[in-house]
Amino acid sequence: MKLGFSPDEEVFRAEAAAWLTAELGGPFADVRGLTSLTDAPERRRDWERRLGEAGWSCVGWPKAYGGRDATLAQQVIFAEEYARAGGPPRLNHIGIELAGPTILAFGTDEQKARFLPAIAKGEEIWCQGYSEPGAGSDLANVRTRAWREDDDWVIEGQKVWTSLAQFSDWIFVIARSEEGSRGPKGLSFLLVPVDQPGVTVRPIHQITGEAEFNETFFDGARTDAANILGTPGDGWKVAMGLLGFERGVSTLAQQMGFRNELDAVIAAARTNGAAKDPLIRQRIAKAEIGLRLMRYGALRMLTHAEDGKLNPAALTYKIQWATWRRDLGELAMDVLGQAGETTPGGDYAFPALPNLFLYSRADTIYGGTNEIQRNIIAERALGLPREPRGDLK
Amino acid sequence: MHFAFTDEQAMIAETAKAFFAEQATSERTRAAMAATGVDEALWQAFTAELGLAGVAVPESEGGVGLGMIELAILAEEAGRHVAALPLLASVGLAIPAILAGGSDGQKMRLLSRLAAGELVASFAEAAPGTIWSDGALTGSALHVPHGARADLFVVAVDDKALLIERDTPGLAVTPLTSMDQTRPYARLDFGAVAAEPLADPAAALAAARHTGALVLAADALGGAQACLDRTVAYAQERIQFGRAIGSFQAVKHRLADMMVGIEQARSAVYWAACAIDERSDEAVFAVHAAKAFACDTYSDAAGEMIQLHGGIGFTWEHDAHLYFKRARSDRTLLGTPDWHRERIAQMAGLDEAA
Repeated sequence: MKLGFSPDEEVFRAEAAAWLTAELGGPFADVRGLTSLTDAPERRRDWERRLGEAGWSCVGWPKAYGGRDATLAQQVIFAEEYARAGGPPRLNHIGIELAGPTILAFGTDEQKARFLPAIAKGEEIWCQGYSEPGAGSDLANVRTRAWREDDDWVIEGQKVWTSLAQFSDWIFVIARSEEGSRGPKGLSFLLVPVDQPGVTVRPIHQITGEAEFNETFFDGARTDAANILGTPGDGWKVAMGLLGFERGVSTLAQQMGFRNELDAVIAAARTNGAAKDPLIRQRIAKAEIGLRLMRYGALRMLTHAEDGKLNPAALTYKIQWATWRRDLGELAMDVLGQAGETTPGGDYAFPALPNLFLYSRADTIYGGTNEIQRNIIAERALGLPREPRGDLK
Repeated sequence: MHFAFTDEQAMIAETAKAFFAEQATSERTRAAMAATGVDEALWQAFTAELGLAGVAVPESEGGVGLGMIELAILAEEAGRHVAALPLLASVGLAIPAILAGGSDGQKMRLLSRLAAGELVASFAEAAPGTIWSDGALTGSALHVPHGARADLFVVAVDDKALLIERDTPGLAVTPLTSMDQTRPYARLDFGAVAAEPLADPAAALAAARHTGALVLAADALGGAQACLDRTVAYAQERIQFGRAIGSFQAVKHRLADMMVGIEQARSAVYWAACAIDERSDEAVFAVHAAKAFACDTYSDAAGEMIQLHGGIGFTWEHDAHLYFKRARSDRTLLGTPDWHRERIAQMAGLDEAA
């Protein structure tokens, strides 16, 4: 067991840090420290391209597809340095963390060559078409339909909670491709261009006043027959593989950004004197501990992933970070007091910490609610009996 | 970076797991509880046969020459069975103090015998008002873990660390009826007792407190895991309202939460162990974090174990109370979770000017 990094890895760290500091202190100083996913989308598109151009976009991917074959330790180091330098949330995080790895795992050589370099270069932004109005956590209940017509797949239906669809070029869609199929059977996993007459994106204004999420309507939308991952009817397997990525490697970089949020809470507490309150001190200490434990939990998880072993502990990760961040939002507001409940200017747009308080209420819902996560842990890790289920309609 | 056991560490863990599962049975632990709180046969097997009391003592000092990760592994497995051993007192507290702060002569005289289990030592924090002057100690230490079994004490008095042997004139040792009978306390009274200072007291006290906290955290991790495992097993077999109670979300969600806490505690314990072994800048922070988090986790898990077992969990006959009481002892010894978090609050810069 070893936590320290080798001299070679420290060289890599220095190289990454130097590049990030130069860019985020220079030409991209305006996006440094951004926390909102929807602010300054054009500049953040530029930032994605800049990262891609310099080979820092998807460091763990194969070089052939625009990555740099970075080892696990190097990926960890890059994520840390990215957060330390104040790198903004990645506009293309779905492409980088979900679509890309899924295409790598399930795609044909042609699909990999077509899609992966465009993600790595920051040229194509992706979003995710899983949830539906009638199927949130119950993903096997999707009703969006797809069928073959000539050389295309045609798609009809509606998705909801499509994060960042308004900025996206591509969406991956789970659709029912076998008439009369039920549950996880008869689904297909399709890659669909967003900019076409059959796709309508309608932003949903959320609790923060921002609109990161969207409703996405498919009304005879089309995609080339070749744009299916896996085989027709086998989309569930692809989708579940993708959820594995979502709960695995991809959240590390995001978790590193939590450090900056906690630092902002501490700075606020020192400024307004809340840091003298023994109860606030306890909660800040808990947040400090929780943050470190997320980091080391992620490192454990990744070490096991690299060894090719499944570790049930990985199932606990989503609930850990989502709950931690929700608690941090509450703590931030208790530190700020009433000053956190008002904002200058006429727009309903709160600064980072109050926004975190509001936004973090989504963390325990999307990607599988805390309740669904507990069922998964109880059933898959602890081997408890399944919750009795009603018949799927 | 490789945050998982090496093959050798995995082997030690398997061996320790099998050893404690086979020998630290409920029956034997209960027999020890009814007597002195030490399962002497288990201690003999652990120390003399396996040589494991010296796990983190260098080979040159008569030990096994491994580190904190291996010590944590042993403490975790012992904790899983609430083993009635002076593991914390001797291996977690006294040996590290002597190893870190003893003179060459003190180390040579004591370490190999402690590592072999021939001597049992404990560590005592002197009560306020205890005075060390002219080579004699006067005062008391109120709650010394496994104090009645120890042959030797390392006593912390202000910034001094003193060695006192059990048979030194003027030392009175009084066994105390202790809530956790698997780790009973004793009271020490010092009537102008001659004592020998350790050469480097600062190093000795720091090592005792940090290693002790790590051992307690690892004990808590193993104990919490046992609470979860046993409660899961019960929830799978206990039928109510025509279903195994483990199929009810009200039960399964709580067991899931226990696992979430335990996995974080596991990260904390091994992070702290690694940080000490690697002499990382984070080591002190990590030890505070591990002690606070793992002890909270154990208290929660042991409480849930009783609750989810229903009435049987409240009985003397069921082992739940052994865990519940050990969790309480782990929590209080060497500083409560709140105390450790306050140290972390200071380390997080909360007292610096804005």
